[in-house]
Amino acid sequence: MSSPSLPEETTVLTEELTADVLVVGGGPAATWAAVKAAESGASVVLADKGWCGSSGATAAAGTGVWYVPPHPEAREAAMASREGLGGHLADRRWMARVLDQTWENMHEVASVSRYPFPVDERGEQLRRGLQGPEYMRRMRVRVQRAGVRILDHSPVLELLLDAHGAVAGAAGHRRQADRPFRVRAGAVVLATGGCAFLSRALGCDVNTGDGYLMAAEAGAAMSGMEFSNAYAIAPEFTSVTKTAYYSFATFHHADGSVVEGAGSTRGRSVIARTLLAEGRVLARLDRADEAQRRAMRLGQANFFLPFDRLGIDPFTDLFPVTLLAEGTVRGTGGVRITGDDCATDVPGLYAAGDAATRELICGGFTGGGSHNAAWAMSSGTWAGRGAAAFARALGEGAHRRRLTPAGGVGLRPTGTPGAADGHREVTEAVRREVLPYDKNLLRDGAVLGPALERLHDVWAVARAGLRGHGKDAMRARRAAAMTATARWMYTAALAREETRGMHKRLDRPHQDDPGSRHRLVTGGLDTTWSVPETGAALPVGATAAVAAGVAR
Amino acid sequence: MIEVVSAERCIGCDKCVLACPTDVFDRGTDGVPVIARQDDCQTCFMCEAYCPVDALFVAPETRPLPDGSALRDEARLTDAGLLGSYRAGIGWGRGRTPGARLAVGPDLPRATPAPPPVKPSTT
Ligand SMILES: Cc1cc2nc3c(=O)[nH]c(=O)nc-3n(C[C@H](O)[C@H](O)[C@H](O)COP(=O)(O)OP(=O)(O)OC[C@H]3O[C@@H](n4cnc5c(N)ncnc54)[C@H](O)[C@@H]3O)c2cc1C
Ligand code: SF4
Ligand code: SF4
Repeated sequence: MSSPSLPEETTVLTEELTADVLVVGGGPAATWAAVKAAESGASVVLADKGWCGSSGATAAAGTGVWYVPPHPEAREAAMASREGLGGHLADRRWMARVLDQTWENMHEVASVSRYPFPVDERGEQLRRGLQGPEYMRRMRVRVQRAGVRILDHSPVLELLLDAHGAVAGAAGHRRQADRPFRVRAGAVVLATGGCAFLSRALGCDVNTGDGYLMAAEAGAAMSGMEFSNAYAIAPEFTSVTKTAYYSFATFHHADGSVVEGAGSTRGRSVIARTLLAEGRVLARLDRADEAQRRAMRLGQANFFLPFDRLGIDPFTDLFPVTLLAEGTVRGTGGVRITGDDCATDVPGLYAAGDAATRELICGGFTGGGSHNAAWAMSSGTWAGRGAAAFARALGEGAHRRRLTPAGGVGLRPTGTPGAADGHREVTEAVRREVLPYDKNLLRDGAVLGPALERLHDVWAVARAGLRGHGKDAMRARRAAAMTATARWMYTAALAREETRGMHKRLDRPHQDDPGSRHRLVTGGLDTTWSVPETGAALPVGATAAVAAGVAR
Repeated sequence: MIEVVSAERCIGCDKCVLACPTDVFDRGTDGVPVIARQDDCQTCFMCEAYCPVDALFVAPETRPLPDGSALRDEARLTDAGLLGSYRAGIGWGRGRTPGARLAVGPDLPRATPAPPPVKPSTT
């Protein structure tokens, strides 16, 4: 069994820290959580795998924001707009809360962070979008001003539990100092982003599902994991998955003829099919007029990086495109939320942003384009305040608790440890199952079943032998986290025997209403399970789900 | 991927070493950062944005370029005006208007995807 000491504690002294709230992550969800926890009076440590301010999907990409004025008709239209697309799994009460909170937070972005929003001809600020580098560098400043201690380049590897199973801190590795660290905390917010399987989608390689694995090891469940197959358009061999402007594109076969039915919002699967069959799809943004072209350059400078550097004029030249997996980043699955404060199934553990499920406001349809950004700042706010309140309620005894590390796979192998670079093989084995369009995007039970079996085998091997030391521990754990995430995705995708939201089953092309109009709660480590969410208490242990006959 | 660190321009401020989210650089003994783990580069362009003297260049390809590629050649990149072009594009740097201030894109032609056909369940 696992010993209560940290793995591979060698001669290097562990850096020990104490805080009321530990925030894990460094993107919008994490920074809002840290700011709001600190404003609630908590002492806060924020630990980011990368550098808080440049790391994560938002910093590199930038986001449109679900920012809707508080006029009843506008709000009603905003809430109604994606309900059907999401397969009616979203919740109006949560949508309204997010719209209110986002309205407030965007005001703070303007007034506290002095973000330079564009202004219209009447001098009114336009607050429907946030440029990534600018927004996140200002959020970092705000976090620092709030007195939060930031640990950059400090991937968190595992959670620490108290004797009652409550989350009471976390441990990780400061990679630029090559030194382990440990934070005792009254409560922990997981804001580690989603999982894009190292697909090289813009800014997403830090997002490897680490938070999902850590949460599950502590006893939390996931929700919406079947809605995890977002794919984004990018110029071939590049990372720039900015898709909005492809609504001005026409798509072509290699011989120049038009690909019928292909499109960026409607018809992305047509692009996938053509790529599978012909190996090539060309695009050209020829539906934009002069004024629109000029506006695009101002709107999203990073969209043009590949074109300008490769000498392509995207408005007149045909250029090859690809689809890159963005998994749960622009999907909606993540850690299940059990309360308005973004609590999870585990006491002391809160989840925000892409680490949490976004089904509450998106249902099964992508949260990209506006909802995710609104969710990240809203859920971050609630999780930060919730964690601060939890820590406060614990009182002085919080930091005297005896801690047990919860991490398993990749840290404490159950068998003989394998090679130091074993993470590579695990990572590639997982990517082989989740990246191909004919497995994950164009789904079929007959394909998903065997893929899931192979993923279970990858897990078994990893559980027995995968282990990374020091700086490599992060690589081992992210490989493990991607394996776990992939298994939950396909376990849920098989359990949802219909088409709903972004989950499209070729063998089940219809939406089954009302029979399957419910969320799926998914989890488990050595054995995975997926069950319909009911009002009843959740079978968090795998055993209950096995009894329900849905495991593996 | 990150392809160029200009030793001529670099002032050894370490900003890129910190700002790179995937820890690609090491501090060099001469103060100029070294591309130590190019494999880990996620082609996010953030290092370029943070370099105060436009000493870095990230090629848009997500795999390393072969020797002799134009996008690895500092002189050609300088001539083409590509060094520092992302920082200019987002309006970072003294005397520039922040790109965020001007970031008003066109309205998008909206083609909303159709929801799947519904088959009422018989149970
Ligand atoms: C190209 C692109 C365009 C997008 N456009 C839009 C849009 O227009 N509108 C919209 O609403 N959404 C959009 N999205 C989605 C949006 O960017 C995300 O939903 C949002 O960034 C989520 O915020 P987050 O803080 O949860 O995660 P992220 O911003 O991804 O940040 C995750 C953070 O967690 C850290 N981390 C990860 N693992 C660990 C660990 N083990 N220990 C410590 N830290 C860790 C990372 O370093 C990073 O700092 C887009 C996404 C992409 C990729
Ligand atoms: S492009 Fe991004 S990942 Fe690559 S070196 Fe620069 S900051 Fe690091
Ligand atoms: S940010 Fe630029 S100037 Fe600073 S160390 Fe890096 S390359 Fe040199």
